Amino acid sequence: MTQLALVIDLNVCVGCHACVTSCKEWNTSGSAGFLVDENPYDKDPTGTFFNRVQTFEVGEYPNTETVHFPKSCLHCEDPPCVPVCPTGASYKREQDGIVLVDYDKCIGCRYCSWACPYGMREIDEKQKVMKKCTLCVDRIYDESLPESERKPACVLACPTNARLFGDVHDSESEVSVAIREQGGYTLMPEWGTKPANHYLPRRRNRKYIHDDELVRADNPLKKEQRGPSAPVDEPTLDDSTSW
Amino acid sequence: MSTVHDPLKPPAGRIEVKNTTCYMCACRCGIRVTLRDGEIRYIQGNPDHPLNQGVICAKGASGIMKQYSPARLTKPLRRKDGAERGDAEFEPISWDEAFEMLTARLKKIRATDPKKFALFTGRDQMQALTGLFAKQFGTPNYAAHGGFCSVNMATGMIYTLGGSFWEFGGPDLERAKLFVMLGTAEDHHSNPLKMAISKFKRKGGRFISVNPVRSGYSAIADEWVPVKPGTDGALLLAIIHELIRTGLYDRDFLVQYSNAAELVSVEEQSDDSGLFVRTDIPRDPDCFDPQDRVWWDRLSDKPVAARTENTDPYLLGEFTMADGRRVKPAFQLLKERVESYTPAWASEVTGIPEQTIQRLAYEMGITARDEQIELPIAWTDVWGKDHETVTGNPVAFHAMRGLAAHSNGFQTIRALSILMSMLGTIDRPGGFRHKAPFPRPIPPCAKTPDSPAGVKPDTPLAGMPLGWPAGPDDLFVDERGEPVRIDKAFSWEHPLAAHGLMQNVITNAWRQDPYAIDTLLIFMSNMAWNSTMNTSEVRKMLNDKDDNGEYRIPFLVVCDSFQSEMVAFADLVLPDTTYLERHDVMSMLDRPISEYDGPVDSVRIPVLPPKGECKPFQDVLVELASRLHLPAFVNADGSRRFRDYPDFIVNYETEPGSGIGFLAGWRGKGGEKFMKGEPNPNQWKMYEKNNCVFHYEMPKSFQYMRNWNRGYLNWAQEHRLLRYAEPINIHLYSEVLQKFRLAARGQWDGKQPPDRLRSRVETYFDPLPFYFEPLEAHFTDKHLYPLSAITQRPMAMYHSWDSQNAWLRQIHTYNYMYVHPQTARAQGIDDGGWMWVESMHGRLRCLCRYSEAVEPGTVWTWNAVGKARGAWGLSADANESRQGFLLNHLIAEELPANEHGAHLSNSDPVTGQAGWFDVRVRISPAAADEPPVSWPQFDAMPAVPGTAKRPKWLGYFAGLFTAARKGGTTK
Repeated sequence: MTQLALVIDLNVCVGCHACVTSCKEWNTSGSAGFLVDENPYDKDPTGTFFNRVQTFEVGEYPNTETVHFPKSCLHCEDPPCVPVCPTGASYKREQDGIVLVDYDKCIGCRYCSWACPYGMREIDEKQKVMKKCTLCVDRIYDESLPESERKPACVLACPTNARLFGDVHDSESEVSVAIREQGGYTLMPEWGTKPANHYLPRRRNRKYIHDDELVRADNPLKKEQRGPSAPVDEPTLDDSTSW
Repeated sequence: MSTVHDPLKPPAGRIEVKNTTCYMCACRCGIRVTLRDGEIRYIQGNPDHPLNQGVICAKGASGIMKQYSPARLTKPLRRKDGAERGDAEFEPISWDEAFEMLTARLKKIRATDPKKFALFTGRDQMQALTGLFAKQFGTPNYAAHGGFCSVNMATGMIYTLGGSFWEFGGPDLERAKLFVMLGTAEDHHSNPLKMAISKFKRKGGRFISVNPVRSGYSAIADEWVPVKPGTDGALLLAIIHELIRTGLYDRDFLVQYSNAAELVSVEEQSDDSGLFVRTDIPRDPDCFDPQDRVWWDRLSDKPVAARTENTDPYLLGEFTMADGRRVKPAFQLLKERVESYTPAWASEVTGIPEQTIQRLAYEMGITARDEQIELPIAWTDVWGKDHETVTGNPVAFHAMRGLAAHSNGFQTIRALSILMSMLGTIDRPGGFRHKAPFPRPIPPCAKTPDSPAGVKPDTPLAGMPLGWPAGPDDLFVDERGEPVRIDKAFSWEHPLAAHGLMQNVITNAWRQDPYAIDTLLIFMSNMAWNSTMNTSEVRKMLNDKDDNGEYRIPFLVVCDSFQSEMVAFADLVLPDTTYLERHDVMSMLDRPISEYDGPVDSVRIPVLPPKGECKPFQDVLVELASRLHLPAFVNADGSRRFRDYPDFIVNYETEPGSGIGFLAGWRGKGGEKFMKGEPNPNQWKMYEKNNCVFHYEMPKSFQYMRNWNRGYLNWAQEHRLLRYAEPINIHLYSEVLQKFRLAARGQWDGKQPPDRLRSRVETYFDPLPFYFEPLEAHFTDKHLYPLSAITQRPMAMYHSWDSQNAWLRQIHTYNYMYVHPQTARAQGIDDGGWMWVESMHGRLRCLCRYSEAVEPGTVWTWNAVGKARGAWGLSADANESRQGFLLNHLIAEELPANEHGAHLSNSDPVTGQAGWFDVRVRISPAAADEPPVSWPQFDAMPAVPGTAKRPKWLGYFAGLFTAARKGGTTK
């Protein structure tokens, strides 16, 4: 069975927020739209975003890591937001594992957002319905788009290609290979929700220098040594003996 | 009727898809805009565009909210009679009135004293047109934003390598194994660098970031090397010291391609002191280095003409010429220079451990030497020698304003360029690569007039408004050696000010020093806020009147798309369009978007009609130029030559019949030529059909070693990118700088500096890089002001461009001052608490945020997130103005009076680059009873006529938005 998901490579994410606003612009005018913005030009602007980037620091100076951490619905294989929904609005698609909300059924009761251990749902205060990442379900099957563009908007946008998209149940897919080979992990597995989205950890390249690499036969400084400098006209053994 | 839930069903509406070029920052990515019922449904990266290959950034993806922002100016506005400047009280006028008013005023200025008109522009990317307008008008007082941005980067590298970072060159991360990034924030540049770093890391490259702050790109570096601001030069010189000490430099590269082995006279008293020894080879008349230098040959132990076959020069030593002159190879002088710049010394200066400095040098040197790349690309050098391969030493660098925006930046960047050259990485795979039209000769040919006689009534300027002095005699000064330009660029105060000094224009004009001007036209630059130093005072200068009650800057014209802080001070406001409503070009005559493999230029084509009465500034200039009868814009009979900007772009040639115009692609009658060719009436159409971009991929054999590549140089000459096909040798030792120094010493048979500036010029025009503390520190009590304060721009907000953007301002609504916890605690400042930051020029109140990702002697903040109240269409209690703050209030545009002058710019003494990051501060907690508001605060700017009402909420949905808004609600 297919389970579509995002794999987010923290090794290359620079925290640029391209995924955040690309998601917003696609989805506000799409089948999930609109995504409200309150106080857009006043104090304390706030709005509905399906995807946000958090930045935090790890460690102490000078061994500090600055981590940019994009977060959106993880499309859990066992999503706690689904069984708690009193109207059946919150559901998981069988064909691809995407967790969606049927806005016509949603009554905005927020049970699902309380059930989600990851805080990935956002209530639309104007429409009074719960909204969340759809994995751009209205893009990825749209045959009017070139095949290369049938991907979530965040994936298309990401300048560092930190967001991979595919079927985590297909062991040969790009996402599965990345998870397998690069230590992909899920968030808070102890909750048993089996998030479909995975994260790839930071990796570090070092260079090891061997002492003898600094001592080389072809050191260019050797060429700067001036020619034979010992004088030829001063006495030597040749002047005093014939053996 | 209840609808069936179908998440896949697209909303109804008429769909159109158009290509153009982004302008949410200066990267110029190709974008594809989808419209639904005439409103923007989606802006995506154009997958067929060479620059961004389909990706887009946070800003680019938020273009919708720029387009529909209520802060947009939509009508020409005139300051109301009786209203004071800064009050933002305007009345709408027609474009005809605006043009008539401007034309009458400018005509009079042009007929009397053209320099009384000054045109200064922001990050506009239309410098070819604005510069042409200024030149044709006849005013020298023109520049764009480079002086306060990164002119040190441009000049430091161009005067050394003939090319520089960003538009004109960059790191070849495709092939590099080690990438060292210094002082680069998060926006220079944006998507191409992000794409390249990611690929580089995934291929196993090692990425080291030298920066006082770990954010953005530095966050994913394999190693973060925190450095004290303004000390990068010390680090680089110590690395050079280590490379020379250990022999880890590319000798063959230096010998053939730089002036390292060329002999310099070291006779101090002689007029050729510090100049190269020359042979009698005939010299070219113009702007290339003649090939008349001398080596000391190791094989014959004699002087020989440089680069003579079968000779090999000494790089080190001292020699005596037949005439008794003592001479040394330039490299020997460099070695002597860096003798005292040991890692131990640099460690004290930079705060970087000695072992780290040494290891960085070894990593660079060993990677360059032992991981050499050899590509099977045959090429011929300019001296006629065939090469079977192109080799590369895979160490790449990138640097930006962290190095540039210091008053010692020019010499720091000289040091970086020399380091890159010593590693043998110039225009080679895995190192630094040029982008057309670079490399240029050192220095490039363009020159300003060299005397006030270059400025005459009703006459174009006798030279370019901006240029590249090759020696003292190229300076634009009067007979006393004093400036001709209002910003004092190309004077002895800032001789190599290749981008001008926009940061001093208002202060100088206000002080009427060196003279009073009449009209100042500012395009797209927020000179009343973040684009100016000493912001609080400059705002007063804009308003200040003389004894007769006249404004000291009599007439201020501001062209902008949004209600910025600057708009409040205008006498006349010209509403510009957004980037989605205009034609525009990224021209080879300006800053194109070339790739390493060949020239690329691109265009913007409107995807939407202009809002209200907005008019593209380009059209405004063409209209004005035509009304003023500027020669390039009228026919022989005085009639108008160009209908509008698109017509100008197609038909303008740099000279009649030159075949060179603003666009390089699809020239010739049928579009069959490129770079050079007759105007093509269908040029715009052809760009439109081709993703709005022209890209010529050169043969592989022309793509490397371009400073010395005969094939490339001949090609460039044929296509008129270059005047001569001469080698562009690296200036390890800068004779250009030495000439200024000789003049300062009175050993130059030509222009001489005024006495007050002699020792300044002598000190800073050192032909070899050296380290000095930034100038501001010379005048600051560092015990009182122990910290450095710097800014950077976040990736999601470019300059002050986007606080009017409802989505982007949710990402950056206000800014904190980031302080190391230890530094903050020592002063009793809480995390999240209010604090005072004070420099010797002023103080401000802001919010503190603890951070372990900042060097403890540095505090930093996001630039230009803080706004003045009421600007940018935001309410007077918006977080940007109440919690956000602008560091510029603490930064002076002038140095304290000193022996060199009472009003010298707070800039690099060589180039005039604004020393933004030199400011030193102290911090203290705000008192408990102080209001929780940032300080200083300014009176709220009222909404100006033509801007829209602020909605309480937005529900953007393409196709329904405008209509819904008219009805007072959204959907």
